[in-house]
Amino acid sequence: MFLINCPFCGERDQSEFSSGGEAHIVRPKQPTELSDDEWAEYLFMRKNIKGVQFERWNHIHGCRKWFNVVRDTSNDKILSVYKMGEKPPVNYK
Amino acid sequence: MKNKYSVFSLIKNALSQHENWQQAWGNPEPKKEYDAIIVGGGGHGLATAYYLAKKHNLKNIAVLEKSWIGGGNTGRNTTIIRSNYLWDASAGLYDHALKLWENLSQELNYNVMFSQRGVMNLAHNLQDVRDLKRRTHANRLNGIDAVWLNTEEVKKFCPIINTSSDIRYPVLGGTLQRRAGTARHDAVAWGYARGASEMGVDIIQNCEVKGIKRNGDRVEGLETTKGFIKTNKIGVVAAGHSSVIANMAGLKLPLESKPLQALVSEPVKPIIDTVVMSNAVHAYVSQSDKGELVIGAGTDSYVSYTQRGSHNIVEETLKAILELYPIFSRMKMLRQWGGIVDICPDASPIISKTNIKGLYFNCGWGTGGFKATPGSGDLFAHTIANDEPHKLNAAFNLNRFVSGDLVDEHGAAAVAH
Repeated sequence: MFLINCPFCGERDQSEFSSGGEAHIVRPKQPTELSDDEWAEYLFMRKNIKGVQFERWNHIHGCRKWFNVVRDTSNDKILSVYKMGEKPPVNYK
Repeated sequence: MKNKYSVFSLIKNALSQHENWQQAWGNPEPKKEYDAIIVGGGGHGLATAYYLAKKHNLKNIAVLEKSWIGGGNTGRNTTIIRSNYLWDASAGLYDHALKLWENLSQELNYNVMFSQRGVMNLAHNLQDVRDLKRRTHANRLNGIDAVWLNTEEVKKFCPIINTSSDIRYPVLGGTLQRRAGTARHDAVAWGYARGASEMGVDIIQNCEVKGIKRNGDRVEGLETTKGFIKTNKIGVVAAGHSSVIANMAGLKLPLESKPLQALVSEPVKPIIDTVVMSNAVHAYVSQSDKGELVIGAGTDSYVSYTQRGSHNIVEETLKAILELYPIFSRMKMLRQWGGIVDICPDASPIISKTNIKGLYFNCGWGTGGFKATPGSGDLFAHTIANDEPHKLNAAFNLNRFVSGDLVDEHGAAAVAH
């Protein structure tokens, strides 16, 4: 349980948000060209990082907008929040 | 040779104030090389080592555990054992485990307190009724005992349930598996550790894996906090940390690790002599031999390795518990904890080879791995020893996420994941 600083509404309880999982997984541009291995990679394989992870959240019980969060999954500390389409902060790579 | 536990050894040791009990398992320093190394000293890992030594004649085996054995999810679950799964592959896997449970105390000469007190799954709406009836039929076709109970029969089987039609999610019936039940979770880890140790398995605690050494497409050994250990067979049974270990070998797994919570109440006199689970309202409860109510809550929705979980998840569960069991309204909760569960997209486990030779994974048990402990160990040992899966775990390979041949127990299993 933690607070998330929604870029549109400000700081709210985590229970107002729904987690969208790992961020920056790009939808295949030409799905028909994809091999089974590439589909598996896109659909199912996840980094599931213990440490600094880039992820998507949706303020489902608030503004209902999507945005990105950088969070340390080993202690649930949020390091950065940025809007969809913005470049991910480089200092956490 | 270890002393056999029996009523005579109990009396003999009672006469010496229980000061002369033999150590149940050794505490060795790691050797330079092993024929096989199991990463993770929980129930599944220790069972794997036990069956490798017992059935596959591999003697030079080590189990590496980063803290103490049975200190992860083995010691954090709600100890429910059942095999009433919908699909044939799951039914085969979990009923294999259940059959091993039935004889496990004798097999290990260690009382795992396996109690076949029955598990009842409640239906709260018409779709639940249809799904659960379908599941009873599927179970019976697979030779698994299952019966459908109507509301009156539910009330008769567990009188403290509120079966009034006025509640938000009224009880419309339920299924019962009488062979299902609970066991003492710590005893399972300790029993397997003792059995494995007796056959020469080195159980090495406080030894964390830091890296996997590869030579091309095969493994050569493990970098650990106690130095490099050579081996050409590595079985990873690291539950919530499976992805962390996989990353060391340059592998990605279809897993997400999330906190799952449980809690126990203050101890009271016997009030519920079975296990009752409810999928729709997400509440399940049983009573431990100490008298505590053992309550399982849900997972958090986000990836986290923090072994705690959110307060609102516990609140939701307790709300549901109180509606179903108004008698518990003045109970005090004593302890709450979380474990990190590794969940597959199809909510079924992975017991599989990988594309790296000598590297095997047993993971993805998600919210329900404890029940499978003996079967999982047995089948994983078979997979490691023969470099081929047993027919019971063939469907649970890693390649199913490429082929699309998933074992989709999500929602079809007895409790929501």
